[in-house]
Amino acid sequence: MLNQDQQLISETAQRYSREVLAPGAAAREKAQAIEPEVFEGLAGMGLLGMTVSPDWDGAGADYVSYAAALMAVAEGDGAVSTVMSVHNAPFCAILERYGSPAQKDAVLRPGARGEFIGAFALTESHAGSDASALRTRAVAKSGGYVINGSKQFITSGKIGKYVIVFAVTDPQNPKRGISAFLVPTDAKGYSVSKIEHKLGQKASDTCSLNFDDLEVSAENLIGAEGEGYRIALSSLEIGRIGIASQSVGMAQAALDAAVRYAAERKSFGKSLLEHQAVSFRLVDAKTRLEAARQLVFSAARMKDAGVPCLDQACMAKLFASEAAEAVCSAAIQTFGGYGYVEDFPVERIYRDVRVCQIYEGTSDIQKIIIGRSLSA
Amino acid sequence: MDFGLSEDQLAYQQAARDFARGELAPHAAEWDAKSEFPIETIRRAGELGFCGIYTPEALGGLGLSRLDASVILEELAAGCTSTTAYITIHNMATWMVATFAQPGVRENWVPRLARGEALGSYCLTEPGAGSDAASIKTRADKRDGRYVLNGGKAFISGAGATDLLVVFARTGAPGAKGISTFAVPADSKGIRFGKREHKMGWNSQPTRTIAFDDVEIDGGHRLGAEGEGFSIAMKGLDGGRINIATCSVGTAQAALDRAQEHLNSRKQFGQMLSQFQALQFRLADMVTELVSARQMVRLAAWKLDTGSPDATTYCAMAKRFATDVGFEVANQALQLHGGYGYSREFPLERHVRDSRVHQILEGTNEIMRVIVARAVLREGATEDLR
Repeated sequence: MLNQDQQLISETAQRYSREVLAPGAAAREKAQAIEPEVFEGLAGMGLLGMTVSPDWDGAGADYVSYAAALMAVAEGDGAVSTVMSVHNAPFCAILERYGSPAQKDAVLRPGARGEFIGAFALTESHAGSDASALRTRAVAKSGGYVINGSKQFITSGKIGKYVIVFAVTDPQNPKRGISAFLVPTDAKGYSVSKIEHKLGQKASDTCSLNFDDLEVSAENLIGAEGEGYRIALSSLEIGRIGIASQSVGMAQAALDAAVRYAAERKSFGKSLLEHQAVSFRLVDAKTRLEAARQLVFSAARMKDAGVPCLDQACMAKLFASEAAEAVCSAAIQTFGGYGYVEDFPVERIYRDVRVCQIYEGTSDIQKIIIGRSLSA
Repeated sequence: MDFGLSEDQLAYQQAARDFARGELAPHAAEWDAKSEFPIETIRRAGELGFCGIYTPEALGGLGLSRLDASVILEELAAGCTSTTAYITIHNMATWMVATFAQPGVRENWVPRLARGEALGSYCLTEPGAGSDAASIKTRADKRDGRYVLNGGKAFISGAGATDLLVVFARTGAPGAKGISTFAVPADSKGIRFGKREHKMGWNSQPTRTIAFDDVEIDGGHRLGAEGEGFSIAMKGLDGGRINIATCSVGTAQAALDRAQEHLNSRKQFGQMLSQFQALQFRLADMVTELVSARQMVRLAAWKLDTGSPDATTYCAMAKRFATDVGFEVANQALQLHGGYGYSREFPLERHVRDSRVHQILEGTNEIMRVIVARAVLREGATEDLR
């Protein structure tokens, strides 16, 4: 059960989702862009710095509230929920935990107020699931660093104002040789070399980035030199709770649409819902979705209680993202031919939700991590 | 019992593979992105006989069996699922006209259809009648030896770009027995094509609604007898289901090929992906299920070729199984590619989008279960269906 504060946040986000996000989702996909009013709307509800302390201008909400809000936003538009998710965590979460007081003042504060969107650049073309294989280099030079290399599949690489970039500072040391940098996207040498054409989530930009002698000052180093790998891993729990929440939200929207349609559409003289096979399929979908939701909330509660919860977060992400695809596919199937065309939202939601099994660690990576606990 | 392909079948398979690799695969992504219906390419497929594979030779077709057709179409589908799926629908419509048309109409249309010079559409589904096809409302009223067609169709493949429509309409009482079939030239007065549907996949073929407003049809354009329409539709669908199942198998084969290459070329955590047991096992499951799907489809095709009384049941089982397996294999291949699988630069997401609809059309897989359940519940059926 959600407490009163959590309930209020959830309901507020749901109302916004119903009134603004869902009606515009198809148009956003077509435009491959999210209108600025949406970010203003999210910022107004405190959803762009949700778990950041009020000391740094955040909303100071707990993780259960964060999960509930992401579910609500994802119900309206999966692509918007991805931008919101990345901005909250890893972006704001890393700055709050590892940022210097100056970085917090200059960047975290306006970020947590939702005045811009932040991004996180770890993945490279040959380093996807295996983040320790990075090749982007940062070389120390006269009080700062020069970054060269490229990144791939970076959410908000184009619309973002700041990107947390991970680069190798000590090539001899595969894990301790990585550092994190706060890079403004208007820096000289920063360029977006490609915007991906994807199966879904088209309103959210996914970019390849190029760094060509990009200079940052030493003040842009986040944490200590060599601390990058730890910083990258630090936000995994909340990042995965986030993706799991998005999965639940998108699947909920598809299920609701399917149930409405099944109640209205008649075949063989009765409503689809009165066909047992249709009804049972939707019951299975609802049951799996509820199980996913509870798994997400339980991971979020552990996070709120300050208990390590990486396994739970991975299990929630694994289970929720796979359940969500199954639920969305069941929704398409309920619509028959109408499920395959744009007139109804379920085919878009299916395409949008598919990536939840891939980003923030593929399902296989979740299994590797959860598998470690079996032998612990 | 021989599970091998004959020399002729191997030759057709090779010809289809060459065509798929040379003419379909290199353009499939672009046709998808631009929603382009490649009529010229379909005509070239027609020159090879692929537009009338099981149409009699006397009418310009190849006169091959359904099993032969499955061997050929699987290769084509590996090159472009969506275009091949249209070609299969065209083959079905052509076969229908060849089998049920009256002389005159038959000789006029079938040779052109079989060569791909004219294209056909199969028009059964209506906005209110999908799975429940016997409930169609489009009417064909008889007036002075002619029929007047009124009503509308939905989700018609090729509509607006094809020349001949095979239309199912009500000539009698409600229910399956009041339906008749007509070969209607697409340029007949009173036909309006609706907007092109925006679909998840199958983008290289247009899908449109069709409205009939007092469309006059000569009595000679009726296919089969009055009231025989539903039975014609269902006969066509047996073969249509094998065709769609085949498209799933071909697409899944293309996805499997890619996935195998990817596992053998990408390294993570210091080793090739192919060295991770979880991924090996997944690929093993994919190929196992794909091979069983292919065998199931070929068995159903053989049942249809030999006029087996349980052919309809086998076609339904094969369609349900092969389209589920085909989608799953494509989806697993996407997953094995990680982020690349989600990107349009690789064909995996297109394979997933294209094969998803195979679980829906030509009778949803729920309707397949209705057919199979009905058959298996008959007394003695568990003994017969084996």
